[in-house]
Amino acid sequence: MSANHSHAANHGENPLRSHVIGFAISLALTFFSFGLVMSGVLASSTTLVVVVIAAAMQVFAQFHYFLHLDSSSTQRMNVMVLIYTIVIIAILVGLSLWIMYNTHIRMMPIPMAR
Amino acid sequence: MSSTTLTDHPESDHHLHDATENATFGFWLYLMTDCILFASLFATYAVLYQNTASGPGGPEIFDLPYVFGETMFLLVSAFTNGVAMSFVYKKDRQKAVFWLIVTALLGLGFIVMEVNEFIHLIGEGNGPDRSGFLSAFFGLVGTHGAHVSIGLIWMAVMIGQLLIKGVTPKVSSRLIRLSLFWHFLDIVWVCLFTVVYFFGVA
Repeated sequence: MSANHSHAANHGENPLRSHVIGFAISLALTFFSFGLVMSGVLASSTTLVVVVIAAAMQVFAQFHYFLHLDSSSTQRMNVMVLIYTIVIIAILVGLSLWIMYNTHIRMMPIPMAR
Repeated sequence: MSSTTLTDHPESDHHLHDATENATFGFWLYLMTDCILFASLFATYAVLYQNTASGPGGPEIFDLPYVFGETMFLLVSAFTNGVAMSFVYKKDRQKAVFWLIVTALLGLGFIVMEVNEFIHLIGEGNGPDRSGFLSAFFGLVGTHGAHVSIGLIWMAVMIGQLLIKGVTPKVSSRLIRLSLFWHFLDIVWVCLFTVVYFFGVA
């Protein structure tokens, strides 16, 4: 990518092309999610499952098309660190919620005022 | 020849090339630790979001069309940032500066909307001191807003550097990291509107 000034984007893969694809996917998923929640056509539990899947797809699309993370060798360290971070986040968030919801369920309801 | 945000090095000098690669990897490590910071705040929100202390809950205070507006500002700014970077790679200073200004204005629009939302909530007595739910809400959304604000200051500095120094290897290298930061904030926002606003309303 060194000194080929104006020709840079005309050879091989155009970085803008990938950005347009990522933007279109993100836009479509955002419209879909907001539309689904605001219209309330599905039961709220079903809606939440669908919007979480849509969010996961959008995060994946943005990592892939905006940040260009993939399995190529130049990206290996970046991807490894990302996977490690996802494991830490899964432990941190998953176990926090597990502990706190169990604590909540096991607590006897306390009458607030008498 | 793949043009990538994480591995692109517009400079030809070998030393600077390595320096950019190391600095970008280091910045990526910082972003991953920032992910863990946000994950902690997300976990806090998930634990506390039903603890409204007989104050208002999500359905009473969240305005989804308004949040949709904020989302559009941030998403479009992530795209215009990509357009700006494509002109940085072409060493087209004028167009790079123009698209960075567009990006900064869209980011500013997002922050203005968010601050307006906060002022509105606090004015109605629903500030972070009202309940556990609102503390977690202000903590999480406010941390993201603080990141975007810092990103805007950084962007203003980089627009200045582009105008004064031009598209030098060092300036391009810094712009690559700013671009990573900006995309990262958009990714966090996708998780945020899903967890905070959708779970709060549905």
